[in-house]
Amino acid sequence: MAAIVGPGNIGTDLLAKLQRSELVDVRYMVGVDPASEGLARAEALGVEASAGGVDWLLARDATPDLVFDATSAKAHLAAAPRYAEAGIRAVDLTPAATGPFTCPVVNLQEHLDVPNVNMITCGGQATIPIVHAVSSVTAVPYAEIVASVSSRSAGPGTRANIDEFTETTGRGLEVVGGAERGKAIIIINPMDPPMIMRDTVFCAIDPDADRTAIARSIHDTVRRVQEYVPGYTVKAEPQFDDPRPDWNGHARVGVFLEVAGGGDYLPAYAGNLDIMTAAAARVGELMAERLLEKKAVHA
Amino acid sequence: MTAPVRIVDTTLRDGSHAMAHRFTEQHVRDTVRALDSAGVSLVEVSHGDGLGGSTFNYGFSLVDEAALIAAAVDEARQARIAVLLLPGLGTVTDLRAAADLGAGAVRIATHCTEADVSVQHFTAARDLGLETVGFLMLSHMSEPEALAKQARIMADAGCQCVYVVDSAGALILEDASDRVAAIVAELGDDAQVGYHGHQNLSFGVANSVLAHRAGARQIDGSLVALGAGAGNSPTEVLAATFDRLGVETGVDKDVLMDAAENVVKPFITRLPVMDRSSIVQGFGGVYSSFLLHAERAAERYGVPAHEILYRVGERRYVGGQEDMIIDIALELVAARGDAVGA
Repeated sequence: MAAIVGPGNIGTDLLAKLQRSELVDVRYMVGVDPASEGLARAEALGVEASAGGVDWLLARDATPDLVFDATSAKAHLAAAPRYAEAGIRAVDLTPAATGPFTCPVVNLQEHLDVPNVNMITCGGQATIPIVHAVSSVTAVPYAEIVASVSSRSAGPGTRANIDEFTETTGRGLEVVGGAERGKAIIIINPMDPPMIMRDTVFCAIDPDADRTAIARSIHDTVRRVQEYVPGYTVKAEPQFDDPRPDWNGHARVGVFLEVAGGGDYLPAYAGNLDIMTAAAARVGELMAERLLEKKAVHA
Repeated sequence: MTAPVRIVDTTLRDGSHAMAHRFTEQHVRDTVRALDSAGVSLVEVSHGDGLGGSTFNYGFSLVDEAALIAAAVDEARQARIAVLLLPGLGTVTDLRAAADLGAGAVRIATHCTEADVSVQHFTAARDLGLETVGFLMLSHMSEPEALAKQARIMADAGCQCVYVVDSAGALILEDASDRVAAIVAELGDDAQVGYHGHQNLSFGVANSVLAHRAGARQIDGSLVALGAGAGNSPTEVLAATFDRLGVETGVDKDVLMDAAENVVKPFITRLPVMDRSSIVQGFGGVYSSFLLHAERAAERYGVPAHEILYRVGERRYVGGQEDMIIDIALELVAARGDAVGA
């Protein structure tokens, strides 16, 4: 049984996804603003909603096993110890990063039993799987990603602290993606109709690396991400470039991705937000599965 | 009496695009020394895409930009050294490092509709005691009133001069001065207004004159026009023109002409020129620094650079989306029916 804290766009979209889950039963939607439209929407969907914040949630007779936090880094930092104390596992969709960076297709199995996992960033969820696909075949001394998102899908939190996106994503490319050095770039594009999220991944590789194996690994990974983000596609075959004078002896592989959202609550162009909620839902499902297994063993 | 204008030189930043980011420390030292002796009070030195721009997507710098900034600071006697920062690419950490090297000003650039991403960086810049300038890039994509509202966001965040930046060289005469006038009306005495032109349709200097008449008090130029696309308004031409118009600039046009001829021209690997691709950029409203990237993709994939650039314009891609040039080249190849191999 689960709760979503933060009834904004992300929380609402996540609720739509989790309502399709057979394993995760979202019983509570929690916010702090009684006038929140997200709380009203959740209530209309039959979810118990309250503007009483974390205090309200922790005072329930039946507290959740799992909480999805879609608030802010500051709010999550304050709430995280309280969830831990109450024995509630947390899936953190904020940039707080109190728990380990988690990307479902790369390292979720390692983190299924930790009390708090962090979902990195939207750009991280879109690109880290590809960097990992390359680094599992050959050494990646440097990985760089460019995330282009539509202006309408870049919320006030992202805009007020865009460095947090670039720095966190860059670190994720290293820690989870397996690159020695990572660099992330985000571009906000205001065109109308809004552009669908695009992500480009460049990895420096050895000129003699096995290009066939790298391409195969990338395609395998794309298929695995598609299991939870159906709109995740490569626009072209991976592009291999021979070393250039300014590439320090390295060759390069480039992967051109498009991330269309599922259109649950957020529009399809907002693939950047969708991939966060889809990844978090995936994490929630696998955690729930693990919890149910354990309960079965104890029973 | 006509109001004076400050000529700001960006040879060593916008010129980085035209040089494929291959500036050496000697280029920087010689150019800064010449600009400084000509009386230029603000000299921009950075990777073409600003701090942290040395990447696969924009091109790696031959020399670490920290070394180039330090060399520029070392040569400058009266001039202040400015750096460029694009939020989403460069960070406050990069800015602190540049300030530690002695940079005295930062120009923070956002797409013309996204000024609110710069608030974090203006706040940090003011805390560091830096002179602050805001760049509204691809200004042709916004109408004057909308642009003025974005300028207000920057000014309220601590920006001391907001620029109309014609990144695509797409503004023609009143297109430029109407935008400047709208921002002047919005900002009043809260901040100055500047103009940064490109020569893709050859209006750099003419637009600069009109921008000054509309109230702009800082105007960008590059020696020998060295810059993205068909280059920038040439600094030496701006100096001569404003001199003829009786507008005080504080710079010596003859020293600048000498610098253009004898310092910069000898090291330029490719003179800025209004060729088919750069004219298409001006016509289609394409970010000027896409030029070399489009030429490279054209060569790699065997499709015409100007066709790539036309499509970039149609898609309304913005500064920083250089990766989409490869994407479009691949589309053109696919449309031609070839297999896109590794």
